[in-house]
Amino acid sequence: MNAPVRSRQIANEKAPRVDHILIAEMVEPGARVLDVGCGDGDLLQLLSERRGVDGRGVELQRDKVNACVARGLSVIQGDADRDLDDYPDQAFDYVILSLTIQATRQPKIVLENLLRIGRRAIVSFPNFGHWRVRASLLMGGRMPVTDNLPDLWYLTPNAHLCTIRDFADLCERVDATVERAVAFNDYERRLPIKWSLSMQNLFGEKAVFLLHNSKRSKS
Amino acid sequence: MASVARRQSEIDAPSSPVVHFDVGAPLHLACQQDLAPFSVAYETYGTLNAAKSNAILICHALTADQYVATRHPITGKPGWWDIMVGPGKPIDTERFYVICSNVLGGCMGSTGPASINPKTSAPYGLGFPVITIGDIVEAQARLIDYLGIDQLFAVIGGSMGGMQVLEWASRFKDRVFAAVPIATTAWHSSQNIAFHEVGRQAVMADPDWAGGDYYATGKVPRNGLAVARMAAHITYLSEEALHQKFGRSLQDRSAVTFSFSADFQVESYLRHQGSTFVDRFDANSYLYITRAMDYFDMREGRGSVLADAFRGTQTRFCVVSFTSDWLYPTRESRRIVRALNAVAADVSFVEIESDKGHDAFLLDEPTFHATVRGFLNAAALKRGLGS
Repeated sequence: MNAPVRSRQIANEKAPRVDHILIAEMVEPGARVLDVGCGDGDLLQLLSERRGVDGRGVELQRDKVNACVARGLSVIQGDADRDLDDYPDQAFDYVILSLTIQATRQPKIVLENLLRIGRRAIVSFPNFGHWRVRASLLMGGRMPVTDNLPDLWYLTPNAHLCTIRDFADLCERVDATVERAVAFNDYERRLPIKWSLSMQNLFGEKAVFLLHNSKRSKS
Repeated sequence: MASVARRQSEIDAPSSPVVHFDVGAPLHLACQQDLAPFSVAYETYGTLNAAKSNAILICHALTADQYVATRHPITGKPGWWDIMVGPGKPIDTERFYVICSNVLGGCMGSTGPASINPKTSAPYGLGFPVITIGDIVEAQARLIDYLGIDQLFAVIGGSMGGMQVLEWASRFKDRVFAAVPIATTAWHSSQNIAFHEVGRQAVMADPDWAGGDYYATGKVPRNGLAVARMAAHITYLSEEALHQKFGRSLQDRSAVTFSFSADFQVESYLRHQGSTFVDRFDANSYLYITRAMDYFDMREGRGSVLADAFRGTQTRFCVVSFTSDWLYPTRESRRIVRALNAVAADVSFVEIESDKGHDAFLLDEPTFHATVRGFLNAAALKRGLGS
């Protein structure tokens, strides 16, 4: 009994991820939230502590699901590509996909599902348009290995990397309205909002988008 | 024969408490018959708090009973879920008030085919009405009423116990705060029914079964019931578990004997499983309870939509399956989870990596135990039960 409690306390002591903090700011207190690809449940825990949300998670890896349930979070072992179809329309206030979309097989379908299941969707992803990535390809002629993209090309779970510009495009295609978009630089600082998309795309290491289905809001 | 007499006394006057429901309070069964009077035998552990909000009902599997954490009165073995239930254990009896009852149709003090039919003053035998999982749960609900508990903090069970958990959550939506269905299914598949039919036919083919009226003869269909148990036991293990436990090792000999004696360890093990089972379990109970499981289908009467069974639920669910369980494989649990998602229920789902097969829920599986402990602790917080 004691061992897992101790390790949990240590886990809580580590600083929350910056994109998690931003996501927590975007979520209204007490909201119903589904975190797709929730990992060890750090974001769900943060959302529960800071925003008092009613949170659920979906995670592919069995040991991570177990860790979540053992720490008292409601998490299902499942696959974003396959299992989101099972959720009814607008079952949640927010559906979150944090640093996961690049690892899905069908990002467009996943995003459409998020916009269907949630009143709003929050997506964070590593920006493949960051200057370091561009420099690595341009100068070294190799697939980039950075803090954000730490795996070698043949080991990475990432199947569909995109840039901030690419993602903004996809949002238009699936009729998603971008309510907020924030990019972080290498030092995990937010880039100025007034910067152009090109600049965000060049200097943003990762980005967080808050979206809703524009068709639904019109009707 | 001494064991037969001993078992009969556990049916008529069990070592555990029993609540009797008299003719004025019949149980209306799914087969449209009324059962009255009837009894439910049960065990409890821990203390019910003043608010009566910390009660956990444990539902047992096909061949278990109410002695979940009590030494068994016939076999003398520790309770069947001793590893899980007790002070400081995952189902912590220092925090929770744990109730486990013998199912209706069982043979450890709850009314079943071996009980005396008051109309004939002889054991029911095949005169006992065919029961369902729903009937079993209705009888349990009577016990919970009797104990003065409005809402159970949790209902937990594996295999057939898991079916009861689902039935509880569906039938009594506001009486179940949390539900843990383990290694189970929302309906019995044709393969499940097929295995059960093999077991029933083995029992009924035994001449000592005597058309179900063996009680008067002083004999029991030992061979038939033992074969039924042997066949079922294979389905509870995985190929890997069998292989690791026995391989092709020989039993107390260095070469095969060119006979049909138990040359292989696995044969000897199964024979042992079969014969010890006969000492503690009634053959007709086995027939009735397997039938109840075969009839189990939560889609029934709901236009084949499983989700409708859970519509409007506020219960927190934790569904658990095991990778090597081929009796109720993970896809059956996923089906339940999908239905729960479809009604936006609060559901967790974990598939536990195990090579122990269906029986894994009864064995030492630390990850599984951590899951149940974690889920119950979190649910207790939500329920306002301090840690």
